[in-house]
Amino acid sequence: MTAPIAKRSKAQFEGYRAARWPEPVVTQMGCPGRRGVVFEEAPTPELPKGAARKTAPALPEITEHDALRHYLHLSQMTLGMMGVSLFGTCTMKYNPRIGERAALKHLADLHPLQHPDTLQGVLELYDNFSDFLCEVSGMDQFVFQAGGGADAAYTHACVTRAYHASRGELEQRDQIITTIQTHPCSPATANTAGFEVITLSLEENGYPSVEQLKSVVGPRTAALMVNNPDDMGIYNPDIKEWVDIVHAAGGLCFYDHANFNGVMTRLRARELGFDACMYMLHKTFGAPKGGGGPAVGAYGCAEHLVPFLPGPLVVKEGARYRLDDDRPESIGRVREFWGNAPQVLKAYAWARAMGAEGLREAADLSVLANNYMDHRLAQVRGVSRSNPGIDAPRMEMTRHSVEQVAAETGCSIFEISMRMTDFGIDALWLSHEPLLVPEPFTPEAGELWSKEDIDYWIDVLEHVIEEAYATPDVVKGAPHNAPIRQLTTALDEPDQWATTWRAYERKHGQRMAAE
Amino acid sequence: MPEDDLKRPRRLGLLVNPVAGLGGPMGEKGSDAPDIAARAEAAGRAGQAGARAARALAAFRRASEAPILAGPLPPETRAALDGEVETLDLGPTAQGRAETLAAVAAMAERVDLILFAGGDGTARDVAEANRAGLPVIGIPAGVKMHSGVFARSPERAGRIAAEFLAARTPRTDLVEILDIDEEARRAGQLSARIYSVARTPATRGERQNPKAGGGDMLADLDAALAGYVAGMVEETLYILGPGTTMAALKARIGGGTLLGVDLAEGPRITARDLSEDDLLERIPPGRPVRVVLTVVGGQGFVLGRGNQQISARVLERAGRPPIDVVCSAEKLAGLTPPELTIDTGDPALDAQLSGYWPITTGPGRKQVVRVVA
Ligand SMILES: Cc1ncc(COP(=O)(O)O)c(C=O)c1O
Repeated sequence: MTAPIAKRSKAQFEGYRAARWPEPVVTQMGCPGRRGVVFEEAPTPELPKGAARKTAPALPEITEHDALRHYLHLSQMTLGMMGVSLFGTCTMKYNPRIGERAALKHLADLHPLQHPDTLQGVLELYDNFSDFLCEVSGMDQFVFQAGGGADAAYTHACVTRAYHASRGELEQRDQIITTIQTHPCSPATANTAGFEVITLSLEENGYPSVEQLKSVVGPRTAALMVNNPDDMGIYNPDIKEWVDIVHAAGGLCFYDHANFNGVMTRLRARELGFDACMYMLHKTFGAPKGGGGPAVGAYGCAEHLVPFLPGPLVVKEGARYRLDDDRPESIGRVREFWGNAPQVLKAYAWARAMGAEGLREAADLSVLANNYMDHRLAQVRGVSRSNPGIDAPRMEMTRHSVEQVAAETGCSIFEISMRMTDFGIDALWLSHEPLLVPEPFTPEAGELWSKEDIDYWIDVLEHVIEEAYATPDVVKGAPHNAPIRQLTTALDEPDQWATTWRAYERKHGQRMAAE
Repeated sequence: MPEDDLKRPRRLGLLVNPVAGLGGPMGEKGSDAPDIAARAEAAGRAGQAGARAARALAAFRRASEAPILAGPLPPETRAALDGEVETLDLGPTAQGRAETLAAVAAMAERVDLILFAGGDGTARDVAEANRAGLPVIGIPAGVKMHSGVFARSPERAGRIAAEFLAARTPRTDLVEILDIDEEARRAGQLSARIYSVARTPATRGERQNPKAGGGDMLADLDAALAGYVAGMVEETLYILGPGTTMAALKARIGGGTLLGVDLAEGPRITARDLSEDDLLERIPPGRPVRVVLTVVGGQGFVLGRGNQQISARVLERAGRPPIDVVCSAEKLAGLTPPELTIDTGDPALDAQLSGYWPITTGPGRKQVVRVVA
């Protein structure tokens, strides 16, 4: 956990200015002849004839110093993860730097194709962490191959397929049931694996009724895939009954445990009856996030699904570890080798440092922080809570709405969010689609953010909403202090936007020539 | 923006039906009666449409400086505009409904979007006179607002209009214009008809969520329809309801009507625009039947509004057939309360049909929604 930035005050609102360097893109920089390090005898690479290019690439010629300075400036103009980030559903945590050092020191020189005898340390780590998560979830085996939460959901969809195929029921069981508030990766991966998706709608209590579930469960049910609590922060207390209903019909139950932070050590997926679950190491377990790439969705299951897990599995024999890839019922791979091992190591280090007591304290803090926020946000002009009529306690996050502010000032949640970046707040997480709550935002403080940070965040929101009433143009024109200004065109205009320099030249060449 | 420079700046067409909404407080089911204004005046009631239009314009002006071309405006609306508005000269003869029709016709080629205050009756008139096919958005100010052109609030209507006029590539959706059938209502039967369709500013897509990425609901629906067609079987008779979604389905199997109920045998349309009697005549006993519908209008009706040809009698004759409903997830998300409604005119049948229905929202996707009578 980090130390708070103490003594923030409203008087400092006006003081924030993000770095804004008036530099062109690197391809427009430089002059012929400028160089970095020049080697006297640079070896010519030996390439097959066809692979060597005939003309030199059009690269900018700049000095090493220019290049370093330019990229340092760009890093200062990064748009997120630098201010207070209460980006809901993402459980923003500090990623201890020691994890980076440890991964570098212990993994940089290893390769997964080495002989397992020379990989005993990392195999032990995988096995220990699987045991740790089995303790946390009640499951029997974890695998770390999936490259993110969605990949772990996909793993489950594939395991479901293999499980029912092994029982000769796959053709009959072609439906997966989920809820409208479950993360979209569950229906998406179920579809990808070939299942029809049946999505349940929310009802009066903020979750679908048992009756609604019963109306669709039957001989076609292959699995239930849900998260709980959902990202409005409401815990479905009928969940055990849900699992019983689906099991009675012969379906499997998967718990998307990405929203685990508020219930760590308070419940075990297996004890609720679930056959499998998933944790996101890059959310709950303190490893860095990475754009759907270097992340880990840790997938765990009970004994009856272990034969179907992706391989290889780490197996302990006596005091030794080996990789078991001879598993005829396995679904194969969902990712290369053993997934993102550095992330697994960082998360393991984090988890061991926290221990059971640390996890419990973090869970309680995240629920406490959210309820504190909820209490303060209730007093902010024009802000309302989703499901206002439901008094169920909210867990580690709550969805709110500025519908009233938007109606009275014309300032939408997008504009309010952009204006907040003018005060060193990272843009808000709004909601998954489709939007059930109009003008939504979903902050999540987790255990990381100090009371000072949370107060500052709410102070800024309060300030921006006051601005929306007093000087709406200031909000609508935001950001003013951020590295860049508002976009004036939609991002999906193919004739306007280019993702490479070459495409840019092609699309804007005429205009550039005219200038 | 070279093309835009050549054109005139985008302009808003503004229309207020001063009698819209008058009937509501008087216990009427609309404000369509010819003497409604006189009766309201006698009862000391003032219309709300002018004030609601003023709210929409305040929101519009906060976000846009686009010029406005307006029909005759009530004083409270004019006050909100500070006089900076060009007014159409419609001559002295145009009054009431004729005034709306004349104003809309005069706006063709001169505005880029029509913002009107009224209810379903006004929407119908606007759509009827809108030969130019201009995009339309409604400020909710009537008693009945089943049509899909109405924004959720006056402020939202103003904001959507401003954003639409400012957009580099303005996008529209097709929506249905519905109205309660006054003749049927006088005969004691509540039924709404789809009168036409209109283009309305698409409110999604322009700026997407930073994380969710946003799906393409139209493509989803289109793929769902393709999947549905692929599953249509020869022996089955399909009763196909009205609406834009259904028209897209019909277009895949030979082309059908936008506003009417059509019949298909397997994946082939065999009869179009059928009345209740036509349907009764064409359902042979014992033949498997399925009914295919979409959610009609803004108030979540699946049966009994806009498709009342598919009556309780038709459903009984067909042996209470399975009903398949196709609707975008976005439209379902917008339902408040989050449920769909049926009104076949037979309470016992309605009660039996009520419950949880799986609605097709995309290829391989269904959403369960509670259906109430
Ligand atoms: C509840 C839930 N499940 C799954 C995911 C998907 O995880 P990932 O982005 O790692 O694929 C997320 C992402 O935030 C989530 O919030």
